[in-house]
Amino acid sequence: MKKDFSLIIGGKAGQGSRLAGAILGKILKEYGYKVYIYEDYQSLIKGGHNFSEIRFSEKGFFSRKKEIDFLLALDKETIDFHQKDLKKEGIIVFDSSSFSFDKGIGIEAKKIVEKEKGLPIMANTVLVSAFSKILGIDWQIVKDVFEKEIKTEKELNLKLAKEGYEISKTIFKIPKLKLNKDEVLLTGNEATAIGLSRAGLSFYFGYPMTPATSIMNYFAKREDLNVKVVQPENEIAVINMALGAAFAGKKSALGTSGGGFALMTEALSLAGQSETPIFIIESQRGGPSTGMPTYNLQGDLLFVLSAGHGDFPRFVIAPGDAQECLLYSFLGLNLAWKYQTPVIFLLDKDLSENTFFVNEKLVNFSKSRISTNLLNREFARISQMQKEYKRYEITKDGISPLAFPGMKGIIVKATSYEHDEFGITIDSEDVVKMQEKRMRKYETMKKEVEKLPAVKVYGNKKSKIALVTFGITKGPAIEAAENLGLKVIQPIIIEPFATNQMRKALEGVKKLFSVELNTTGQLAKVLKSQGINVQGNILKYNGRPFFAKEIEEKIKKELKK
Amino acid sequence: MSKNNLNLETLAPKTWCPGCTNFVILEAIKKAILELIETGIKKENFVFTTGIGCHGKVFDYLSLNSFYGLHGRAIPLAEGIKIANPELKVFSIVGDGDIYNEGISHLIHAAKRNADITVLVFDNRNFALTVSQFTATSPKGFKGSSTPKGSPEEPFNPLELMLASGATFIARGYALKIDHLKNLIKEAILHQGFSFIEILQPCISFFDNRKDYQEKIYEIENKDLESKEKALEKIREWDYKNGEGKIPIGLFYKIKKPTFEETLGTVPTKLQ
Repeated sequence: MKKDFSLIIGGKAGQGSRLAGAILGKILKEYGYKVYIYEDYQSLIKGGHNFSEIRFSEKGFFSRKKEIDFLLALDKETIDFHQKDLKKEGIIVFDSSSFSFDKGIGIEAKKIVEKEKGLPIMANTVLVSAFSKILGIDWQIVKDVFEKEIKTEKELNLKLAKEGYEISKTIFKIPKLKLNKDEVLLTGNEATAIGLSRAGLSFYFGYPMTPATSIMNYFAKREDLNVKVVQPENEIAVINMALGAAFAGKKSALGTSGGGFALMTEALSLAGQSETPIFIIESQRGGPSTGMPTYNLQGDLLFVLSAGHGDFPRFVIAPGDAQECLLYSFLGLNLAWKYQTPVIFLLDKDLSENTFFVNEKLVNFSKSRISTNLLNREFARISQMQKEYKRYEITKDGISPLAFPGMKGIIVKATSYEHDEFGITIDSEDVVKMQEKRMRKYETMKKEVEKLPAVKVYGNKKSKIALVTFGITKGPAIEAAENLGLKVIQPIIIEPFATNQMRKALEGVKKLFSVELNTTGQLAKVLKSQGINVQGNILKYNGRPFFAKEIEEKIKKELKK
Repeated sequence: MSKNNLNLETLAPKTWCPGCTNFVILEAIKKAILELIETGIKKENFVFTTGIGCHGKVFDYLSLNSFYGLHGRAIPLAEGIKIANPELKVFSIVGDGDIYNEGISHLIHAAKRNADITVLVFDNRNFALTVSQFTATSPKGFKGSSTPKGSPEEPFNPLELMLASGATFIARGYALKIDHLKNLIKEAILHQGFSFIEILQPCISFFDNRKDYQEKIYEIENKDLESKEKALEKIREWDYKNGEGKIPIGLFYKIKKPTFEETLGTVPTKLQ
């Protein structure tokens, strides 16, 4: 039996399908499966149709399956919407005391809840537990997960779960797999928050905007991460406050989506000019403009690469799963402080909000910690400088000593104007010195990027055909490539561009296809600017992620051309 | 080249118009800071931020920690500095076009959350550095380069706005009353919470109302600083619209409220 299954749980907004999906995901994880949960919801509070798709397998995939094995319906619409995607032998489980349906397995969830005088939403507890029994998952696992995850009315929920389990029968026993205790389930946003906290973040600034909002909410909820959340009046205040806090010596990050980031671009340029370290999360959603707030496109890559007026160095880092979010957010905050310049962390809606299995043990934080020693060395240098401290000292590597207000005997001046080494405004022809200092810093950054894991390769490394992709699209691209025996290349640090690593990744490749969620092939354009041409773009832009099958079919078509 | 001496001077050449009233305001700020340093506040613990406009040049002329920000955005920079290091004394130097036009949302919200910073508005009632256009405090009919026939809009009263927004320290100073202004600045910096000083200044190049101000300005001694009603009465005494009536300067309103930093929990207990 192929240990690779897909399940959809759906209902109206407010019915709790998302939480039910999250709990089911954790049960399946404890049963030994590698879990990936895709979230599909609309921009409304009550009603509509929301669903979570859980892919659980032995191997671990970060992509959806076109055909699903199980359908858990909290309302009739869920069956109407998704029945067409259900395999012939697939199983429908639904609340038969809420609505009737002639096929599938009806569980009288609502009736049981009413009998126990619970809230209507607790029908989910009955259904999830009953479904777990259908798959043959041990009661102990189901019980443990409910005990850990349910915070309110725990006793009642456990009672309901038990009843749901008892009235159900094991119909489709799936094999129990070996549990990897180091694995946890995290969304990309959660992993990003944890990585930043590990890197010593003090402040997170945010203004609500889907799909970045949950980072702010997560920091607020997880007080143990020790990051203060500040929610200013608008995005312009968000970035300027963050720059103020960084100027005063505290590691600061902020998050938004494309529209909010557009408002921040003047201050992004200020961060570049004033050489203030700042970590900016830009989680893309469907655009242009307000676009599709709860659906995904990867349409902001060119924007983040060129945002802000004038020339200044920046890092653009685009992870592709939660494990990478964890590592690269940590690394990114370190890079921001080492190079005193903005780092843009480019996520997308699916990466931000979907749930991934993550193995924290595989993330080598200590190897990525680059700023601490450097800053200590700098402080030593600065303390000898007394009275002659130059915030923008002209140096060979372009990095000037970073000091903070409050340090004795030192005046720190940071500025948006072009300036001399002390930070005093100038507009003489001497400005070339500071322009060139910043460009030397860029060269130093480029060298550093070549030493970091900037470009990753997957699949058949000997294949002459390769797919190049970024962000969430990496998941289905890898699955498609493995099915067809192709190579996948994923640039993660996109700016400065790791020319050497990309050249190495492209060795032996005769045909290159870019796979992206946008209308114009933005990654392909970036590659072109580096002298790399793709043979074709495989694009999707309906707001939904790729299925591996779609990529496979499009590649086959492209190869016939 | 030392830019770090106790008279707070830098070596940067001053590029304000000869006779600009900014020279006087700068002196008042310096005197206030020096007197505060004498009382034991460390020089390295002063930080200021500036916006963009004639006022912003203070950045180059005042040897203190500082961040020359963007047009209209000096206040959020200052708030960020203060939450990151509450031991610092943080003030923002801003202009009328800068903060009443471009950055008005930040001014209102900083007052609303009672951020423990001081805002000094250099109000010359026009955009001067761009060669004179009307701002939020220019009188209706102001003849600027974009409104040769007179500006079509009525001004607002920024002090009234600050009172409505929750500022806990509201004052007005006059650029040419240097000691009075110096004392206001000292008191504002020592105030725990959001302090706001509107500094009226004639713009000798584009709005030279020295004579008008000289005739109308008078100092008030407000005994009942916690009364909103009394503050409002004084604040409304002079109307920015037509310039009629006497112009009171001094402290209008001062109350104690928990600061933003205290509420956020970034202030160490010893400072609270």
